[in-house]
Amino acid sequence: MEGPKVQLFVTCLVDSLAPEVGRATLAALENAGCTVDFPLDQACCGQPAFNVGLVADARTMAAQTLDVLDRTNGPVVIPSGSCAVMVAHHYEELFAGTEREEQAKRVAGRVRELTQYLVDDLDTANRAVCDGCTVAYHYSCHGLRGLGLDHQADRLLDGTTRVDLDGEKECCGFGGLFAIEMPAVSTAIMNEKLDQVERSGAGTLVGGDVSCLLHMAGGLRRRGSNIEVKHIAELLADGT
Amino acid sequence: MSESVTFLSRAEALIGTREAEAVENGVRSFLALRERVVDEFPIMGAMRSRARAIRLHSLSHLDRLLSHFADQLEAAGGRVHWADDAAEARQIAADILERTGSKRVVKSKSMVSEEIELNHHLEGLGVDVVETDLGEFIAQLAGDTPSHIIAPVMHMTRQDIGRLFAAELGVPYTEDPFELNRIAREHLRAVFLEADAGVSGVNMAVAESGSLILVTNEGNGRLITTAPRVHIALMGMERIVSRWEDAAVVLETLARSATGQRLSVYTNVITGPRREDDPDGPEELHVIVVDNGRSRVLAGETAEILACIRCGACLNACPVFRTAGGHAYGSVYSGPMGAIVTPGLHGMEPWWDLPYASTLCGACEEVCPVGIQIPRMLLELRRQAASEGRLPGWLEKGMSRYAKTSVEPAKWARAKRWASRLGALVSSRGWIRRLPGPGRGWTESRDLPKPARETFNDWWSANRGS
Repeated sequence: MEGPKVQLFVTCLVDSLAPEVGRATLAALENAGCTVDFPLDQACCGQPAFNVGLVADARTMAAQTLDVLDRTNGPVVIPSGSCAVMVAHHYEELFAGTEREEQAKRVAGRVRELTQYLVDDLDTANRAVCDGCTVAYHYSCHGLRGLGLDHQADRLLDGTTRVDLDGEKECCGFGGLFAIEMPAVSTAIMNEKLDQVERSGAGTLVGGDVSCLLHMAGGLRRRGSNIEVKHIAELLADGT
Repeated sequence: MSESVTFLSRAEALIGTREAEAVENGVRSFLALRERVVDEFPIMGAMRSRARAIRLHSLSHLDRLLSHFADQLEAAGGRVHWADDAAEARQIAADILERTGSKRVVKSKSMVSEEIELNHHLEGLGVDVVETDLGEFIAQLAGDTPSHIIAPVMHMTRQDIGRLFAAELGVPYTEDPFELNRIAREHLRAVFLEADAGVSGVNMAVAESGSLILVTNEGNGRLITTAPRVHIALMGMERIVSRWEDAAVVLETLARSATGQRLSVYTNVITGPRREDDPDGPEELHVIVVDNGRSRVLAGETAEILACIRCGACLNACPVFRTAGGHAYGSVYSGPMGAIVTPGLHGMEPWWDLPYASTLCGACEEVCPVGIQIPRMLLELRRQAASEGRLPGWLEKGMSRYAKTSVEPAKWARAKRWASRLGALVSSRGWIRRLPGPGRGWTESRDLPKPARETFNDWWSANRGS
């Protein structure tokens, strides 16, 4: 039987700064029996502009994303809770009362974050694998509060050795351009988070959003820490 | 952001200090208390929805409710005064005190009195004003401003307070909370009894009976509204509900969210001044209903923030507040709620940066007992700030260029190749340690992976492309 056909939207950060996460997402979806297509010409969903209030720029990028995705059919899978919330929730708001409103609704209805798609839609039997590691999981805010994502990752990770992470559902301090606009505040929040990660005894920090993970990985590296940072897709790519 | 940004500079001065550490400890204990009483209350979700509906109903019928409230209160013998702005509110209060020959004023906690800077004004007129809420008393003694709407001196440790009491009250140093509390009570007892007038806030007014509800944990609210001859209550014009039934719902959610209590120790209900057969109570009761920018907020995109019941839960839940503390906001109202209230009441200048003091993590909305859509309104204010051209040039121009380039596939591919080449020049072993310009903000504390030579797009085209 042929598996479901899905469209992969990798996000601009994955494309340039973590392409290995894109390949891992592809592998995770294929492991789960999906046929994956990658709509060409995709770029940024517009969230950075949207979140600082630059609406016109956000619309420019969102319109392009809508056009690229609307040419395709089936679920659009995104390995990021944050970008998924942007397309699934904020596009409607961004284009309310415009000629793109219907298109925004149409595409929004097709958007799934990776773990959400694998667990809620496919009820996959596949599990993440991380041999010889102890895993701490960070629930990124937008996926957690915007899409209600928490049990999905738990389920996918249930074959790994998990450790408790204090504040696992608290913000890591990334916040998009906030990290650059208010570096001292972003850093202070991050440092508290990294202290918790170090105290947890985890050897591998796993999450579902490359943005937060780059922030924490960059911080850990600056500290000289040996803790590895991985996107959950990377564990699923090796999964069974 | 630009050099004029004040939240960041205030935060930078506070981060890592003992004050910030005290705030962190304070909010952590509040959060733990809140979690306990919310978890044990199976209908919290339902109460929250009802409280939200009640508050939004109040906002959409504010004129009718206020006028009904005023009629009922006056029928009970009280007086209602309407103040358009802070100056008018101060003047009304000063006039009442002057007419009644009140020279000694005792206060219970009132954020509106802080908002209109009442103490400063009255002291200038020669009136002696004493704060009687323990936290406010300490702040007043220290010449400091409150940093948290529920716990005014969350930023101080008990050692700080012990030293302050020793210096200002001439008592031996102690850091025992019970002892410190006893010292304050002893000091205040005489002040209560000698006061001519009491000034309080209003947690909630009930229109159907013209009653004021005052919630405290220390009993000081009861003392200052019964012992002195005159009681002046300052009320933000949005703090009203229609019926007692509604008030009960809001009270259920308020204490749980604010202090992690099922109900505050004292819930005082005041309906008019002393009646003939009452054993005590003030001869005069005046309620000053303060607008001070609220009508403007009500007519705008952030009207929903007026549903706020001032529990402070969003402050405690906010990672930015927890890290920088309330003083970083530079205003009476701090935290996520304050970042919307302050620019709303006082205008975007110089407060436009407060809505940017958030990671948009959404923890505020999650704990809000009336479900206020705080992140949505922070975004709304950011859009307003951006449309007023307040963002720094690098951000505005950079974003515009980024947007235009990213939607043209050929240009975008070229830009990514350039980024990768430049990244290779400034990186070592795959990581960038220092970026120039605004990127410095990132690399101050974080390394950045260099942009990939082969993007995912490139990889797909080479390996999977048809």
